[in-house]
Amino acid sequence: MTSTSKVAYVRTDMLPEQAPPPGVAGPVKWLRENLFSGWFNSLMTILAIYVVWSVLSGTLPWVFNGIWDAGSLNECREIRDARGLESAACWAVINERWLQMLFGFYPTDNPVLARLFYAEELAAAGGAEVVFGGGFNATQQVEFISAMKDDVSNAAIFFFGYWRPLAALGLLVVAVAPVLYSNLPRSLLIFSLAYPFIAFFLLWGGSVWLPVLVALGLLATVMAGRYASAFVGSLGGLIVSLVVFAIIFMNPLGAIGVDGLFPLLPQLRGALDGVMPWGLPYTASENFGGFMLAIIIGTSGIVLSLPLGIALALGRQSSMPLIKWVCVSFIEVIRGVPLIVWLFTASTLLNYFLPPGTTFDLLLRVIIMVTLFASAYLAEVVRGGLAALPKGQYEAADSLGLDYWKSMRLIILPQALKISIPGIVNTFIGLFKDTTLVVFIGLRDPLGLTNAIRATSEWNGIYWELYIFVGGLFFMFCFFMSRYSMYLERRLRTDHR
Amino acid sequence: MTKTVFIGALAVAGLTAGIASAATLDDVKARGSLKCGSNEGLAGFAAPDANGNWEGFDVSLCRAIAAAVLGDGQAVEFVPLTSQTRFTALAAGEVDVLVRNSTWTFTRDTDLALDFPAINYYDGQGFMVPRALGVSSAAELDGATVCIQTGTTTELNLADYFRANGISYEPVPVATNAEGQQQYLAGACDVYTTDISGLAATRATFEAPGDHVILPEVVSKEPLGPAVRHGDNAWGDIVRWTTHALVAAEEYGVTKANVAELAAAPTDNPEVNRLLGTEGELGAMIGLDADWAVKVLSVAGNYGEIFEANIGESTAVGLARGLNAQWTDGGLMYGGPFR
Amino acid sequence: MADISDHPRETFRISMLLYDARYRSLTIQVVAAMLIMLFLAQLVDNTVTNLAVLGKDISFSFLWSTAGYDINQQIIPFTSQDTHARAALVGILNTLLVAVLGCILATVIGVFAGVLRLSKNWLVARVMTFYVECMRNTPLLIWILIVFAVMTEATPQPRDFREGGTAAMVFADSVAVTNRGVFIPRPIWADGSGIVVAFLILSIIGIFVLRYVARKRQEDTGQQLPVLRLSLAMLIVPVTLAFFAVGRPITLEYPELGGFNFEGGLQVRNSFIALWLALSLYTSAFIAEIVRSGILAVSKGQTEAAFALGMQPNRTMQLIILPQALRVIIPPLISQFLNLTKNSSLALAVGYMDARSTLGGITVNQTGRELEGILLLGIFYLITSLIISSAMNFYNSGVKLKER
Repeated sequence: MTSTSKVAYVRTDMLPEQAPPPGVAGPVKWLRENLFSGWFNSLMTILAIYVVWSVLSGTLPWVFNGIWDAGSLNECREIRDARGLESAACWAVINERWLQMLFGFYPTDNPVLARLFYAEELAAAGGAEVVFGGGFNATQQVEFISAMKDDVSNAAIFFFGYWRPLAALGLLVVAVAPVLYSNLPRSLLIFSLAYPFIAFFLLWGGSVWLPVLVALGLLATVMAGRYASAFVGSLGGLIVSLVVFAIIFMNPLGAIGVDGLFPLLPQLRGALDGVMPWGLPYTASENFGGFMLAIIIGTSGIVLSLPLGIALALGRQSSMPLIKWVCVSFIEVIRGVPLIVWLFTASTLLNYFLPPGTTFDLLLRVIIMVTLFASAYLAEVVRGGLAALPKGQYEAADSLGLDYWKSMRLIILPQALKISIPGIVNTFIGLFKDTTLVVFIGLRDPLGLTNAIRATSEWNGIYWELYIFVGGLFFMFCFFMSRYSMYLERRLRTDHR
Repeated sequence: MTKTVFIGALAVAGLTAGIASAATLDDVKARGSLKCGSNEGLAGFAAPDANGNWEGFDVSLCRAIAAAVLGDGQAVEFVPLTSQTRFTALAAGEVDVLVRNSTWTFTRDTDLALDFPAINYYDGQGFMVPRALGVSSAAELDGATVCIQTGTTTELNLADYFRANGISYEPVPVATNAEGQQQYLAGACDVYTTDISGLAATRATFEAPGDHVILPEVVSKEPLGPAVRHGDNAWGDIVRWTTHALVAAEEYGVTKANVAELAAAPTDNPEVNRLLGTEGELGAMIGLDADWAVKVLSVAGNYGEIFEANIGESTAVGLARGLNAQWTDGGLMYGGPFR
Repeated sequence: MADISDHPRETFRISMLLYDARYRSLTIQVVAAMLIMLFLAQLVDNTVTNLAVLGKDISFSFLWSTAGYDINQQIIPFTSQDTHARAALVGILNTLLVAVLGCILATVIGVFAGVLRLSKNWLVARVMTFYVECMRNTPLLIWILIVFAVMTEATPQPRDFREGGTAAMVFADSVAVTNRGVFIPRPIWADGSGIVVAFLILSIIGIFVLRYVARKRQEDTGQQLPVLRLSLAMLIVPVTLAFFAVGRPITLEYPELGGFNFEGGLQVRNSFIALWLALSLYTSAFIAEIVRSGILAVSKGQTEAAFALGMQPNRTMQLIILPQALRVIIPPLISQFLNLTKNSSLALAVGYMDARSTLGGITVNQTGRELEGILLLGIFYLITSLIISSAMNFYNSGVKLKER
């Protein structure tokens, strides 16, 4: 049948490739498939375009005609009218106050700023020793600092004046990384454990020995328990560590009226402060504010609630009816009542529940309340992780002869927590967003600061710009967190299939 | 017993604000700073500038008290309190003194266990309406929509006033002054009601202040002043006499500018001498230095100067002295005799 | 036999309380119980002591004293001379109102957004993704403030409705959209309206019977009844007939512009609309994600199998996809309802008088009874949450996969 090849109507050479007919390739094809595949789809597309256009045409001119350089809202309005614009955002308020929105009234490190950016005036005023070392009284200092801040750019103040919160934030990323990215060396976890003490020292300042000694005291408690349990059994170990904890942190002899000997920690601290008085200037919690406050409350809430949440989740699964009942009621009561009610409890009622005469910091009370709140939600997340583990894992642990705590620590929790990480991150995002509620109890969160800023006669009557700035900050933070949690979910899913 | 154990643990935590003892004065001196419960922000009374320094009429009183006790007007920590949390915070010892436009009322003084040692501003609740409405009296407000801040005495006064006059209204509760202003300007309410000082402060920042009128009716008495915990009389005395020192200084013509000069040597006026500590031992009687009033007056001057600098007619708030003028000028400001 | 009886009888030793798994849990529970009791006793003792120091007591009698303040949105009548307890009830009803309506609207928007996110239309899917991400990643409080500000700024004030003004009423002059709220006609119930309502209820019962009959018939004979058309007819015809037969007892009162504001009609207040919209929009973003993942969770094989059996696409959706997707969707959906209800306590920000603003806000503030007020408020929210979550548990046990 080779003769067929010579038949005239069969081509032997290939036709040159032709461009596909219009409409089945390139952008047109894409448009047809994705936007106009049918009458309904076309209608939807047109509708969507209309919605997008009407939103953007209303907002974009306002945003991009924005005025960045003005001293007050009235100046903004004058500039707007002078330019003949119908509407224009007054971004000048952000330009002037963004540091306040980020850090509230957290004090800047003025000696550093003065040495770096205001050296001549500092020398003229008599040098750092005079200005900050006691030569100036507080009023003179405030005047000097105000003049300096007017002179130094906001960016310089941001990086050098607020180096303490920035360093705490940077180290937070380092501390969290080994937890979130499992391919980093495990030894970094030691830093994660030390981080809370470092962050406390950086943010609140004061003597360096307080966080160091608290960390060492906790370490001593754990080590003593471990060491002792080798000799006197696990229960004995527990008792030993409780005793060690008591003499370091508490005054067990207070009951019989012996004061002054215990707790050991303040004694040690006093001695060390006498010899090596190292530390940073102390900052009271009242000065904390802005976005920094949201991060502090959110992060400490989640970190502190993690152990409590795990304990509650385990307790909820416990075979002991009392323990189970207590955990279930705790979780349900906390979850059944809105956070804002808990915050009011923290701000107005917690003092009633404490021993008479004790008061402590509103920020600390809020952190405690938020921790309890988050722990109930985390308990449910961890419970989901525990439930997702195949029953064989529990049975395998039992058949190896591990006791409850060992099987939990070595077999169950590592797997359950790994599955729970996306849920934990989501809880964190929710908690982080909910930190805005502290405005109702008078903490200076970003929204609270918008009120304070609007109370000045320059910026009275401005709100869109401030809301958009605060909303944008939260959006950026939460968006990246949620993207991360989605990435984790995808990765974990492949692991388990 | 548990108390000592517990406090030991907390002291270690380092975050305790300490134990509120009976003697606030000692606490303040030991701490080296005054904790002053303040507004989250109210134009003219308390607001932060771009550098984070607080300014305002109430803020100045806080600074004056700090100067009296600690000799330094900047040694103040401002604790922001909402209208809902302010009294509990004071009762719990979170602040030493509350200077937050708080009205002195019978129940607050007695049932809430507070003391109002002095009055630093005589106010009253009023109404602001747009001029275009053509309303000239509150009696014509039948059926009006009224914006009102919640958590204050104003909502009770409002209900009382409208009921007593047999006219109806629709309340629109707002959380903050800034929000009330926004609602009012947008026309979501016909009337904005709060203390007249607040109305004036708010109106001052409008684009066209002249388009709004404050009605002549004053529907309540609102004596505003610093509040302290009931029972700590020594501390209450300091707050009271610091306020009186400011007022009296205005009466005697002691100002920020001349206080140093007048305090240098005894003057012809024995009252001034006793006030400034060049004669007598008044300071020691309230546990302060002899020149405590000099320090108070060096911070921001006397009552009149503070008034003019923050809320007076030359400022954006633009309040007239009115009831808050010296008694010699027909007002109610009557500094107690320093004797 | 001897061997068995020889088995050493275990005598109880004290150490078994610790080292024997049978007794250890008992020991732990007893210790835990003691610690908990101690903790609670300490708490109560502290509270009593602290209150005594402040000269306060625990008493709920403030609930029966005169409230003295006014509430704008009242489902039940309320004046400033009523008691704090009644004010609390008004607030509670307002909370429930915004929660129920919020749940409904959030579900509608959420299902819409969730389905559209899966749309093959690139632009629509992107727009919906943007919407969902914006809502989910910004605090609710900011949304409430923004929606409230938009509602206040973008709608005309009642003044603009006057002669020569810029605004006009819509729907044949029956509805006015203002920045104080939306004014809609209010039905006036005259004598005989009860009969019409009774007919309505009977029709609804009839529709359920019809559906039951139709299903039975389909199962028995395979024939389908036009259920939708029949139901509509049953809903409309008898009620309309009754309405005219009794002599049109239900009339509408239209809002009219009065001295300061619209008068008559029903005012849906701006604070309510803002809170309702913001809560619904925010929660709908979460519901959209739930719906999306629920639909994605049904494997494609199910659709293909249904098609292979010759089922029509809409029947496939109705009988195959939805029942399976709903099992995944409903539990998280209900917990979103729970969140919405709790989040309604943010009403404070827009001055909506919910339970938190009345009972936990003004009442507490005027009477100085923080402890009692917040306790009552917490109990209210707790009971509401428990009711919702027990509904969820009930549903969960109903739809649980019956494994045999």
